[in-house]
Amino acid sequence: MASVEEEIYDIIAEKAAVDRSKLHRDARMEDLEIESLDVVEIIFAVEEKFDIHVPYNANDSELEFETIGDVVEAVEKLVGDKEKAG
Amino acid sequence: MHRVVVTGIGVLSAAGPNTAAFWDTVRNGRSAIGPITIIPTDLLTVKVGAEVRDFDPKQHFESKRLGMLDRFSQFALVAAREAIAQSGLTFEGELSERTASIIGSGVGGQSTLDDSYWQIYGEKRTRVHPFTIPKLMINAATSHITMEHGIRGPAFAVASACSSAGHAIGQAFQMVRTGMVDAAVTGGTEATITVGTMKGWEALRVMASDTCRPFSKGRTGMVLGEGAAIFVLETLEAAKARGAAILAEIAGFGMSSDAMDITLPDPNGSARAVRGALRDAGLNLEDVSYINAHGTGTAANDVTETRALRMVFGDHADKLMVSSTKSMIGHALGGAGALELAATILGMRDNVVSPTANYTERDPDCDLDYVPNEAREAVVNAALSNSFAFGGLNAVIAVKRFAG
Repeated sequence: MASVEEEIYDIIAEKAAVDRSKLHRDARMEDLEIESLDVVEIIFAVEEKFDIHVPYNANDSELEFETIGDVVEAVEKLVGDKEKAG
Repeated sequence: MHRVVVTGIGVLSAAGPNTAAFWDTVRNGRSAIGPITIIPTDLLTVKVGAEVRDFDPKQHFESKRLGMLDRFSQFALVAAREAIAQSGLTFEGELSERTASIIGSGVGGQSTLDDSYWQIYGEKRTRVHPFTIPKLMINAATSHITMEHGIRGPAFAVASACSSAGHAIGQAFQMVRTGMVDAAVTGGTEATITVGTMKGWEALRVMASDTCRPFSKGRTGMVLGEGAAIFVLETLEAAKARGAAILAEIAGFGMSSDAMDITLPDPNGSARAVRGALRDAGLNLEDVSYINAHGTGTAANDVTETRALRMVFGDHADKLMVSSTKSMIGHALGGAGALELAATILGMRDNVVSPTANYTERDPDCDLDYVPNEAREAVVNAALSNSFAFGGLNAVIAVKRFAG
């Protein structure tokens, strides 16, 4: 089974039309030209995929994702919390 | 070309059931944003809104007629009655055919759509109410106004999301100005606080979960509102001839399209609409002292709008008072431009500039005078009311104080 990280990369590559080979934890959203509306769609797809709720608001810098790693970590944590609760 | 004046205003909003209540709330900087009560909130992440509270349709409409009226039409009808009564006009004889009715709404009868779809998909019913379609169509509000008041001239609805009311009023203004009609009943209405619509807005991730803080550091987005504002416009000659009380002059209208992004605003597009309104009204930059901003409270809008105003006004931008009515009555989408024009006109009448409520801290990227939290006494001779919609469709109305 693919890891959470791998699955997130698949989603980002598809939704933001980014070359998958450029995706790694340190890659910055801005450098990959992933715009805020892309992020909204990526988060939606991630939520659907893992059945989680990601607290993300495009207006709130504290909830913003700077790097791909930020997304992966946030999702891994939410998936982990869900498994513990499950 | 005729000069065009406003002789009637009607408002129904989160700030109260009529124009007086609206203005009392807004001029005092009281926010009407609060917990959502008109729909179940168990499925919602965002549970705040700016609702028209304690609105009992039965107080305004016979039960037989209510079956045909979605909430957005009810709002428009109530506001239109107030505006028309204030103007003193009756649409009889020739005036009936020489009056336009143009009402903006972003999406029309959302309660009807939401309820009927729930009945089919959720409750597995096999039929919906027979008036579902005539209730939800976006032109329903316009049509009911024409029927109730016997307005038989040009009539249609305008939809351009958050600029719908601005575009509707601008169109009505131009019709009166050019002599196509002698009067117009125009404005905007919206009632989209439904579970389906709220889920849609939540999904876009632009909603504040606490309140709306336009231009303030720490703002977390927009708050959905609802309501209607309707105006009676007529030529200056006609208003004077019948001794009507004149509230303000609509002096110009500017429109533009960003042609860039479906949600992100472009300061160049906004600036072109602002310049267009100034040019159309024959106003110099220094003539303008107040801007009723689009001011949604999103990160994107507020910075972009600030930049656009700086692009147009240059050094004079520092002398402008800029405030967002949405901080108090939320974002009523297709009704917003009309509600905000009402705040602009009422302020000019009373020499009061209404504030931006919920303002907590200066944002370095929003560096104008946003009249934070407290109204200001000021004589405003010329003002602009901005609407910048999703889809990049911009409408700016220029208003002049009427001094006889």
